[in-house]
Amino acid sequence: MAEVVLERLRRSFGATVATDDVSLVIPDGAFVVLLGPTGAGKTTLLRLVSGLEAPEAGDIRFDGRSVLGLMPAERNVTMVFQQYSLYPHMTVRENLAFPLRSPRLRTPEAEIARKVGEVAEVLRIAHKLDNRATALSGGEMQRVSIGRALVRTPAIHLMDEPLSSLDAKLRADLRVELKRIQATLGATLLYVTHDQIEAMTMATHVGVLDQGRLVQFGSPREVYEDPATLHVAIRLGLPRINTLPADLWPGAPAGARVIGLRPEHIATGRGRAASVQRVEHLGDQTRLHLRLDGHEIVTLIDPDTDLEPGDSLAIEPRNPLYFDAAGGRIDRGDRR
Amino acid sequence: MSATSPTEPGARLKLVSGLLVGLYALITLLPLLWIIATGFKSSADAIAYPPKLVFEPTLEGYVNLFTTQTRQTPEMLAADPPTTWYERIVSEKGMVIAGPSRFGERFLNSIIIGFGSTFLSVFLGTLAAYAFSRYRVPLKDDLLFFILSTRMMPPIAVAIPIFLMFRTIGLSDTHAGMILLYTAVNLSLAVWLLKGFIDEIPREYEEAALIDGYSRFHAFVKVVLPQAATGIASTAIFCLIFAWNEYAFAVLLTSGTAQTAPPFIPTIIGVGGRDWPAVAAGATLFLLPVMVFTILLRKHLLRGITFGAVRK
Repeated sequence: MAEVVLERLRRSFGATVATDDVSLVIPDGAFVVLLGPTGAGKTTLLRLVSGLEAPEAGDIRFDGRSVLGLMPAERNVTMVFQQYSLYPHMTVRENLAFPLRSPRLRTPEAEIARKVGEVAEVLRIAHKLDNRATALSGGEMQRVSIGRALVRTPAIHLMDEPLSSLDAKLRADLRVELKRIQATLGATLLYVTHDQIEAMTMATHVGVLDQGRLVQFGSPREVYEDPATLHVAIRLGLPRINTLPADLWPGAPAGARVIGLRPEHIATGRGRAASVQRVEHLGDQTRLHLRLDGHEIVTLIDPDTDLEPGDSLAIEPRNPLYFDAAGGRIDRGDRR
Repeated sequence: MSATSPTEPGARLKLVSGLLVGLYALITLLPLLWIIATGFKSSADAIAYPPKLVFEPTLEGYVNLFTTQTRQTPEMLAADPPTTWYERIVSEKGMVIAGPSRFGERFLNSIIIGFGSTFLSVFLGTLAAYAFSRYRVPLKDDLLFFILSTRMMPPIAVAIPIFLMFRTIGLSDTHAGMILLYTAVNLSLAVWLLKGFIDEIPREYEEAALIDGYSRFHAFVKVVLPQAATGIASTAIFCLIFAWNEYAFAVLLTSGTAQTAPPFIPTIIGVGGRDWPAVAAGATLFLLPVMVFTILLRKHLLRGITFGAVRK
């Protein structure tokens, strides 16, 4: 495993800039999750690190050594693709053994059998080893795909939304499993997703990408509590942060245009009266939809609330985030 | 449960369509059956009118096909009685076998040239199709159109220039010349067909192989080729059928050493009367290799014909 450094990486396709001046240090053993919407340049960044694409500018270093110009095979990385790319003409066992049999590794057969068995056990696909790769369910295919990465000990594991095509239960299971595997192996992992739950639960570091730029990089908690921009604040948190005109309540700092209120950042019982629109019981949480001066606000409330649509409830910000007209934070650093 | 699925046709419809398909198969197979039957008729039965559907089978046609014969006096025939079944057939007509005919070597020429050019077309076609499918080739569309345009006129239209060219560089009547020519004609078909098949194989497989520690060439051999096997097989069938049946160039460019079976079979007629059974026997044997090759690869061929119509 290695420390991976990206330095001022740039890559564009025609007129669209997919990766714009991205610098990032991925410490050895870190689980870095890059979060961003579709088209933010997440996949391009992975392909640059893997060597499937070459950057127009910038440098990529594994343990201080530049890997630019090296073939993917020479970089010693693994990659799990969004679309499971199992070799359809091979069995599961052959798929898992494929990287170990490469001209680069030439692993002895006994060693291959041992490693494949181990990984199959961990990913619970041992009973499917002799199936054709195409005879598996989507979840099994993706587990084999991940397994094909885990049989090796590369400089870094790259994963491109590996769980996005799975159903909710399997996604939750594999999330825990991946985190556990990464922690036990001490593997360095660069993981790309648009799912904030994956980012929050697995990452040691979260990077938020927006239109090819890395907007913020830090621990999940730091990024959640102290977002650098409105964009970052919106990416993290469920229900989504409420964004309202800054002058809805008094006390906004100079230059503030938008106030960001996370659902848990709303104090009830004092402040301005809002009307209750809807109460949603989701089981684990109860959401309260409010309306204030024509603005929708969502907050969380006790499950046994007796509020009903039409009722009035006074609310007030608690630890709000303020943003300027361009979406940048203006009170950053004051909070901690 | 009775099998009543909305997508499954009813029993009567199945019967009707079965009959129609059967009838069509009969019509298309009839000439083939006729040729096969004629091969086993005697010369008299072969030209009998009305045609004989029931006849006494004989191998005379096949013996005539493979041998050259000369007339012999009855005394000499009596002095040297036939020892084998084929000598007996010949002697009944008052003839003896003078030696083997050239059919065997012509047939072998067909095999060498047909399969040789098929292999070369598919081999070069696969490499070219892969490059066109995966690499950024300058002027790619123009090149592809140019390759296709070589098939826009009947190949025989350029017969005279090719004939002169072949004579000048000494390729006339050689195996290499015919293989080269058929490969040149087939290559455009091979490139276009195979490009379609390779385009259908997602790049992700190769990218995965590159990351799994393989070079581009290794990834091509281990991941692309096995998945393109279907396309390669059906392309090979199309190429073989063309090279195997080609007549015009073969007549023009070959005479002795490299003559293939198609121009040879009609010449049998001229040797010692109208020997239709021998012609039919030659045609029957000539059909066999392509038939066997096609039956062996028929699953792939079906996919080759319908390819593009249904997504995998």
